[in-house]
Amino acid sequence: MKEILQVQGLTKTFRLSARQQRLERTGEKVRRAVDGLRFSAYEGEIFGLLGPNGAGKTTTLRMLSTLIRPDSGDALIDGASVVRQPEQVRSRIGFLTSELKLEECFTPDYLFDFFSDLHGVDRQRREQRKEELFTRFGIDRYAQVKAASLSTGMKQKVSLVVSIVHDPDIIIFDEPTNGLDVLTAKVVTDFLRQLRDQGKTIVVSTHIFSLIEKICDRVGVIINGRMVLCDALDRVTAGESLEDRFFEIYRETAGDGV
Amino acid sequence: MKSGILTIMKKELARFFGDKRTVAGVLLPGVLIYVLYSFMGTAMGSVFGVAEDASIQAVRLPQSIAAAADSAGMALTEGSEADLPAAKALVTEQELDLLVVFPEAFDQAVADYNVASGEPAPLVEVYYNSVSTTSQSAYMTFTGLLDSYESLLANKFDVNAGEGGYDLATAEDSTGAFFAMMMPMLLMIFLYSGCSAVAPESIAGEKERGTIATMLVTPIRRSDIAVGKILALAVITVLSGASSALGTILALPKLMGGAAGEMDAAIYGIREYLLLAAVILSTVLLLVTLVALLSAFARTVKEAQSYAVPLMILVMVLGITGMFGGGASQNLAMYAIPLYNSVQCIVGIFSFSVLGSGVAVTAAVNGAATLLGVFILTRMFNSEKIIFGR
Repeated sequence: MKEILQVQGLTKTFRLSARQQRLERTGEKVRRAVDGLRFSAYEGEIFGLLGPNGAGKTTTLRMLSTLIRPDSGDALIDGASVVRQPEQVRSRIGFLTSELKLEECFTPDYLFDFFSDLHGVDRQRREQRKEELFTRFGIDRYAQVKAASLSTGMKQKVSLVVSIVHDPDIIIFDEPTNGLDVLTAKVVTDFLRQLRDQGKTIVVSTHIFSLIEKICDRVGVIINGRMVLCDALDRVTAGESLEDRFFEIYRETAGDGV
Repeated sequence: MKSGILTIMKKELARFFGDKRTVAGVLLPGVLIYVLYSFMGTAMGSVFGVAEDASIQAVRLPQSIAAAADSAGMALTEGSEADLPAAKALVTEQELDLLVVFPEAFDQAVADYNVASGEPAPLVEVYYNSVSTTSQSAYMTFTGLLDSYESLLANKFDVNAGEGGYDLATAEDSTGAFFAMMMPMLLMIFLYSGCSAVAPESIAGEKERGTIATMLVTPIRRSDIAVGKILALAVITVLSGASSALGTILALPKLMGGAAGEMDAAIYGIREYLLLAAVILSTVLLLVTLVALLSAFARTVKEAQSYAVPLMILVMVLGITGMFGGGASQNLAMYAIPLYNSVQCIVGIFSFSVLGSGVAVTAAVNGAATLLGVFILTRMFNSEKIIFGR
């Protein structure tokens, strides 16, 4: 399989403000959120990044999407460097996180056109793709309704759709089912599987074991900014449930607390 | 009960003093108001203190008044009755600040005048030009001096009690002076209001709602986002500013009623309006960029609005400088100061004393400052600390 994503020792450190130091009762002035992370993702697979809150998953995905710059290391996305070629990277990926929001005064139709323009999608391809995605997600009936009037689930669907207007080969999804009702969550997970079957590479981060078990081909366990295990899902679980296996790994790595 | 009040108070004060930005936003206006009032005091002092430098010509100057004027530090030159029309023309052209015409044998006429007679009192005529701040100031000082002398003599003469026409400014000059005094401050405030109404929402609002990050993960360049936002905000601000300015220009003469009976904005030609458009455009771009930078630094719209307060005070201070300056600066170096140059240009355009090179320097300086601002804004869009508020 073709290696689409190659993460090469990504490291990111954040400076802690005096207030953060007080709040967290620490004398540390800096915190290493991601520490020399290395992993790969291949064509036609869903790669799951699993870890507890604060493990460095979101920071990693932000670096992969070029929203923030690594202190050291690099990642190649279909050959383009997140450090040296961020614009090329952005044109090749679809990135979605619950932190990214839509302008509520616009309709899904307008937003689709707007993001298509930003991605340089021509009119004919745009209309074709809009019809396909709007129908797939049931947005077509709400195409002319302002985002402010849409339900949370529908907004999430619109966010997903506008993040992939350009039909990217790599989709990076931070907590894909966070805050979704069960119906919308199923639509999203089914769609991710469908994209995988089309040969796309999908990277998701989550702390939900069942999601990883349902959709991921390979999984990387990240604890305290470090990749402690990265392998095919069945080899990681080794016959146990993912949850039990994760807590074993966590105890071995982070010590007590669970 | 008391401890509950104290607890709430401590929490509120801790929230306030725990945020350096809020503290700065609250305290900075005091500093700026001090600067503003100090500046206004100096400017007004300079306006009212120019009488000593005024050129004053007196016809049939009596000894009594010459002595009083001399002790007040006003230097008077003597003119002849034959030169009266020429002297009046000099006042109109602002070459002479004040022309004072005394009646024949003033001191004797005053001494002989019987208040109970019902006859008109000896008349002193003081001609001035209301467009010139020096002339206006000299007029006030000199008529004050005459009033004091008249009081000593039990009101035995009159000052400017005739048919009128003592203000020798032309209607065009009066209109120009009026607009030149009012418009810089009004225009600056209109333009600032226009951009402060939209820029915080466009930038800090997008950060607050998380929608800017959605754009930042597309291939569009950060600089394109910065320029696109600034141009769009400039269009909205120009529309808002133009609407307010047009309304003001048309309504000001009506607002002034009889005092502005002969005022008409139609005295300004296409040249003045084109120059004004160029100045407004460069000013709007700079103002929008400044508010955009403050908004990018802020985490919320509310925070952006509080950061913009010092800028609003600065804009008002600069606008007020146009009211006291006594015409546009003829020193080209003054046009290298961003925003102050806009005020000088607006004063010059409305008073028909604009420096063409001044407008060119203004457009270039404000344009360069805007480009620098766009560069900084682009860098800010690249900063995770700015975008994610770390």
